[in-house]
Amino acid sequence: MADTAPRGPLVYRQRLATRLTHWAWALSLFVLLLTGLQIFNAHPGLYLGDQSGFEFNNAVLALSARDTPEGLRGVTWVLGHEFDTTGLLGASGGEMRGFPSWATIPSYHDLATGRVIHFFFAWLLTGTLLLWLLASLLNGHWRELIPTGRDLRALPADVADHLRLRLHHRRRYNVLQKLSYAGVLFVLLPGMIVTGLCMSPSFNAAAPWLLDLLGGRQTARTLHFLGMSLLVLFFVVHLLMVVLAGPLNELRSILTGWYRLSPGESSDAR
Amino acid sequence: MPADPTRRRLLLAAPALLLSGCKVFDGMTGDSPARNLLEGANALTHATQKFVARDALAPEYSRADIRQGMRPNGVTAPQDSDYQALAASGWADWRLAVTGAVERPLSLSLAQLMAMPPRTQITRHDCVEGWSCIAEWTGVQLSRVLAEARPLPQARFLYVRSMDTIERGLAGGIRYWESLDLRDALHPQTILAYGMNGSPLPVANGAPLRLRVERQLGYKMAKYLHAIEVVPALADKGGYWEERGYDWYAGI
Repeated sequence: MADTAPRGPLVYRQRLATRLTHWAWALSLFVLLLTGLQIFNAHPGLYLGDQSGFEFNNAVLALSARDTPEGLRGVTWVLGHEFDTTGLLGASGGEMRGFPSWATIPSYHDLATGRVIHFFFAWLLTGTLLLWLLASLLNGHWRELIPTGRDLRALPADVADHLRLRLHHRRRYNVLQKLSYAGVLFVLLPGMIVTGLCMSPSFNAAAPWLLDLLGGRQTARTLHFLGMSLLVLFFVVHLLMVVLAGPLNELRSILTGWYRLSPGESSDAR
Repeated sequence: MPADPTRRRLLLAAPALLLSGCKVFDGMTGDSPARNLLEGANALTHATQKFVARDALAPEYSRADIRQGMRPNGVTAPQDSDYQALAASGWADWRLAVTGAVERPLSLSLAQLMAMPPRTQITRHDCVEGWSCIAEWTGVQLSRVLAEARPLPQARFLYVRSMDTIERGLAGGIRYWESLDLRDALHPQTILAYGMNGSPLPVANGAPLRLRVERQLGYKMAKYLHAIEVVPALADKGGYWEERGYDWYAGI
């Protein structure tokens, strides 16, 4: 069917720098997520404020395990509500574990190695993000990610099109793409770096105002976890959109730069 | 939708590949070129934070922020008989030895340390596991003790040695130890603490003397101290946990 249908023009859409940074970020974020969950497992609880309440309650999330006659049960506590999450959170593979073995690097408990790998890829992510920000400032690429007034007026129609899975392959990003990519690159990723740094006691000495702004080290840790959850959500939707929009065309564009537009679309960059 | 079965298989294989990715780094605990490369990030972090933090002080808190007892970690009740004998004597026979690359080796009693100008600070203790706890610490600045011992020009690092056996193996017990560079040793908030929350330092928190290095994580802050050794270079990875894969620089 695809062979008989009219085809749009093939355009060079993703520059080499975009493609390289895309894959550097994909790799870094994948490793950061799984080593991050390893680190989280060393103390699978989240709090608000400067410290962790052991003799008072400022927790917002706690994963734990409970011995019962039916065996070890995983318990997830969120803001006063308890859920049995055996096999996924709190207890899995017959042992007490925040996140399960398949979700952590290394797969077994090893906080030291998790930290070593996490910080290596944190540097890789930070370095490539800074390079990309600098380059996109210089070549104006950042403007392609900022919605224009016309984009925003088209937002309801674009949402409706996405919901009906009427996906257009255009020369430029649509407004939902712009909002999500700009949100990830300009807000979420810098936010992950800042909240990560605010867990560092040495960085706290260097920038105590940033720690105060975030509301304390344990709040920073909670926000880091929240940012991670949003990035996972982005990843899921991103992959879903790639599959729905035609995975081969999308993969080709992020590997080679070449992208086939919908029939009737102009290859004109404007 | 394309009916090409290979394409579908490819799509299904991708998430499976991702999910099995967590085993890629398994077995990287020991020494290996890959491990050394990854650990290089710690040197980069150290250099960057040295530049960014310089001599800045760690945040200090108010009394109202002390909302709970100080959570102890690691060994909390040393079983070593020499330690227990010293504890029974009320630390009367306990001495802190300062040796190595110094002009004047010292042997200080607790009374001598307490006679030196004290520093009290309310700080946040961050454990490598991820939790934090605020407490008040009183002690003598390590810089004052070092000034009395007068480090030689070649002095670069110091070891702090503990009395508690943290691990018992076939080759005998391993007592906890740690190390610092002079930059952190001479920092004004780096103290040898003998008091906590207005009381003598409890055994669980390192009596009679423990280290506080407020810009690093808890594992640097050795408890149950008995000796400080000033050296030109580290002879090992620098500490009990460092020998077990943790980074020597624990500012992050």
